[in-house]
Amino acid sequence: MYAPEFEYHRAATVAEAIQLLSSNEDAKLIAGGHSLLPLLKLRLARPSVLVDIGRISELKGITISDGTVRIGALTTHWEISSSHDLEHACGIMAEAAGGIGDTQVRNRGTIGGNVVHADPASDWPTVLTALGAKFNIQGAGGSTRTVEPGDFFVGPLTTTLGEQEVLTSIEAPTLGHHQRAEYAKMAHPASGFAVVGAAVVVTVEGDVCTAARIAVGGLVPVPVRMTSVETALVGKALNQENIAEAASHASNDLQGEILGDFFASAEYRKAMAEVEIRHALFHATEVSHH
Amino acid sequence: MTKLGGTPTMTTRIFGSGIRRREDPRLMTGQADYTDDIRLRGMVHAAILRSPHAHAKINSIDTSAARNAPGVLAVYTGADTDGVLNPIPCAWLPPDSDIKAVDHPAMAVDTVRYVGDAVAVVVAESRYQAEDALELINVDYSALPSVVNPQAAMASGAPQLHEDAPNNQAFHWVVAGGDADAAFAAAAGDPQNHVVVSENIVQQRLIPNAMEPRSAVASWQSAMGELTLWSTSQNPHIVRFLCSLVTGIGEHKIRVIAVDVGGGFGSKVAMYADEMLATFCTMQLGRPVKWTATRSEGYMSTIHGRDHVQQVEMAATKDGKITGLRATVYAGMGAYLSTAGPGVPTILHGLMYSGPYEIPNVKGDIFGVFTNTTPVDAYRGAGRPEATFLLERMIELLAAELDIDPVEMRRRNLIQPFEDGHDVSTGLTYDSGNYQGTLDLALQHVDYPALRKEQTELRSQGQYMGIAVSTYCEICGLGPSQVAGAVGFGGGLWESAIVRFYATGKVNVFVGTSPHGQGEETTFAQIVSDELGVPVEDIEIIHGDTDITPMGWGTYGSRTTVVGGAAVVLSARKIKEKGKALAAHLLEAAEEDIEYEDGKFFVRGSPDQNKTIQDIALMANVAWNMPEGMEPGLEATTFYDPPNFSYPFGAHVAVVSVDADNGHIVLQRYVAVDDCGPQINPVIVEGQVHGGVVQGAGQALWEGVVYDDNGQLLTGSMLDYALPKAHLLPNIEVLSTVTPSPHNPLGVKGIGETGSIASTVTIYNAVIDALKPLGITKLEMPLSSQRVWQAIQQAKGA
Repeated sequence: MYAPEFEYHRAATVAEAIQLLSSNEDAKLIAGGHSLLPLLKLRLARPSVLVDIGRISELKGITISDGTVRIGALTTHWEISSSHDLEHACGIMAEAAGGIGDTQVRNRGTIGGNVVHADPASDWPTVLTALGAKFNIQGAGGSTRTVEPGDFFVGPLTTTLGEQEVLTSIEAPTLGHHQRAEYAKMAHPASGFAVVGAAVVVTVEGDVCTAARIAVGGLVPVPVRMTSVETALVGKALNQENIAEAASHASNDLQGEILGDFFASAEYRKAMAEVEIRHALFHATEVSHH
Repeated sequence: MTKLGGTPTMTTRIFGSGIRRREDPRLMTGQADYTDDIRLRGMVHAAILRSPHAHAKINSIDTSAARNAPGVLAVYTGADTDGVLNPIPCAWLPPDSDIKAVDHPAMAVDTVRYVGDAVAVVVAESRYQAEDALELINVDYSALPSVVNPQAAMASGAPQLHEDAPNNQAFHWVVAGGDADAAFAAAAGDPQNHVVVSENIVQQRLIPNAMEPRSAVASWQSAMGELTLWSTSQNPHIVRFLCSLVTGIGEHKIRVIAVDVGGGFGSKVAMYADEMLATFCTMQLGRPVKWTATRSEGYMSTIHGRDHVQQVEMAATKDGKITGLRATVYAGMGAYLSTAGPGVPTILHGLMYSGPYEIPNVKGDIFGVFTNTTPVDAYRGAGRPEATFLLERMIELLAAELDIDPVEMRRRNLIQPFEDGHDVSTGLTYDSGNYQGTLDLALQHVDYPALRKEQTELRSQGQYMGIAVSTYCEICGLGPSQVAGAVGFGGGLWESAIVRFYATGKVNVFVGTSPHGQGEETTFAQIVSDELGVPVEDIEIIHGDTDITPMGWGTYGSRTTVVGGAAVVLSARKIKEKGKALAAHLLEAAEEDIEYEDGKFFVRGSPDQNKTIQDIALMANVAWNMPEGMEPGLEATTFYDPPNFSYPFGAHVAVVSVDADNGHIVLQRYVAVDDCGPQINPVIVEGQVHGGVVQGAGQALWEGVVYDDNGQLLTGSMLDYALPKAHLLPNIEVLSTVTPSPHNPLGVKGIGETGSIASTVTIYNAVIDALKPLGITKLEMPLSSQRVWQAIQQAKGA
């Protein structure tokens, strides 16, 4: 657990970080260090240059306005989990952040670092996919672009982020009065990572579900939208029976690669996707009944 | 100037008081000196290259690039240490077992036999430089076939680890009492009145996880020919002894220091190659050398625990009296025999096959087996959890077969209460026991009938609640040295303690045991304080430095309080005797007229005519007025060799719920009723029980080593190896009864391992009980959600 040698630069601005990335061929950004440092210590990553963006203040903080939550990429999981404003505006984010790792991890780890690391077992990609979040990216020469999670995550540890690009912020819509959202995960007993995670965002009018966005992660290389489950849910009363019926469509949406290991096989995880979707929907609707 | 002597003494009894642990402020505020905290002038750092193969021939090792890397002082391989360091010894060779104590070189010479086997060591100015240089070493291996399962390793055609150990059999040891074969023949011959149950049980391999990784700092002073070795050891005197054998340095020239050790659970009992490599390096280079394992390095190179495949049968009469037990056990030893490894599945396991029950006929065939895995040795409970599991599982199966309540099944077989000695069929003589007492208290505490009623109700609602009750007893407080010799333990098992008073009335107690988290800096002080009336604050317990402390065999086998504590109290009593004689002299009274109470020696009938222990300490140290022939000083030494082991016991209850949707188990309730005799400090006892229960729960629910078919360690870090976490556990309810040990001067028995001995099977049985409506009778441990879910799916499909 001793990292190989690297050069270290601290960037004061995003532009400087991009400049440093451009001028060093195998440079890597480091923010909270909670994904990169373990890889360095296992010597599985060997960037010759680390560009520390951890002190760029423009990348930090949570702002909520006009129905949009904007979270700077360097905002820590702890800041997200403990934000009262966010709890009211988009509670699922605060809740998901509070379930990541342990206190030490949440204190240092950042939402941006988590997203660009694209670990299939982490929670943010699933939650942000269900929320319909947008990722704001800055590139060389001050260029900017915005992508949706579906166009960002490519595979395990792989995204469409360019080598000279920086994820600057993440935007998600605030949840409306009739919306309920929940993230349920089966955590690995050792790592706490998601064996299966299910995020649901449902709009409820009266008892009836009028819209739904559901995503699962942990068991797939990149988060998968559960469109069959969503379709089965919309127009139905959110009772136990209908929820169970809708969740049973999960396997339709899981036709691609399913991850498995000695702790949890692909078969088990696939079955658990349905269970976790159900749990998330039950929890979400219990909230709506109160 | 402070007035000496005459300090007021205490009147309330401190033995039995739950005072706070005196070691904790130091440990919790970062003021402890763990081995890795040691920094010596000129110290350099070692890093060890370990085999990535489970089994391979080493064709060549090219270290030239590493030698030339920045900061590197030296690179050594097995060729350098071979013949300089003697093999790492195994120190427990059970007799009559045809044991093959194969050579265990400190570094592999031509063959690696497990992932983690040391291949080369780099010494550099910094650990980073040493790690960088490791990557430059080029080892050319030819992979060989490997085997990781102990039963498979004994099958014909299995890859062979050692030429000298055909079929990978390290030993075959037999425990026999009564006539088990006759008992089973009788059962088979009379099926109207008998029943036999059989089961294959796998005690999965575990990784001990002390908070502090292993570490060594070795410093050779060539001018004096002396070695100082800071070592994360539970038994520094044994390290000194074995280090002398491995290095050839005289035992009198070796100082081993292990004062602050961050837990061990047995994993720091063993003598490791790594500490000897650090010693080799300092002797070669003349500079102090530090080596500290990383966590993942420890997972490969620190001993593992358990790893049994057990085939067990139990015979009983139809009215539920057990008539016989037979077991064949394949115990994985790893690639080499670790220091105490062979003693674990034999002496500490097979001899406990009667447990707390009258089982007249017992037979166990225990095969120690070499596999291409990390060596296996004592891990909290060490052999007794595996024995308790086997017994409690089989009794549960018998109860189910005979449709007798599992508690009643146990009652019909428990040994009746005894106060001074009870012989069991395996040849042991238990010291004292009241198994019914702990069982009654446990059942009363949980309201067992109410629990069963609740279970029935939940079952009718389709919910899965499980209840299990275990009764156990275990062997600890190791032990009589004569027995140690007879069972092949390569050392004694006595302890010594020096109690030394200074003129100021303050006390140092020097002990040979080596506490590393168990709290004896507190409980030993309580013993002395209780005996002599000196405030606890005036007593300091000194341990863990072989140059300062008297000989002792260390801390393991729940022996420190039982054996070491006995030495402490006997020394304190000698002080009291001398104090009486000196007080008689000073008070001008006859010695037989002197009485002692609460730190005061006084003339019978005249309590005002007294000398405090502090007065006595002052006079003995200045020696101005001593009786004729009395030596100065107030100090006593005791070498205590216990006449028997101690046998704590208890009854544990687990309540679980199982979610059939996903296979999740929740441990709802855990009740531990244990009897360790009189408790010196009940808060520390409770802490020991908590820790032990949690470790046992870890085996039942979360922990398990996974090797793939090529011997690669898949659970190589805490990302994959699941330790118990606080939020997954209930509040553990701890109760006790008190049955003193008749042979121990304090009446005490060990309590450090009881939790892990009883809890694994109790939780396991509770989960199986929960799944009873589905007809599930067996699951593989750890009881992961997936395994439980799969079993439920199969049962529902069937």
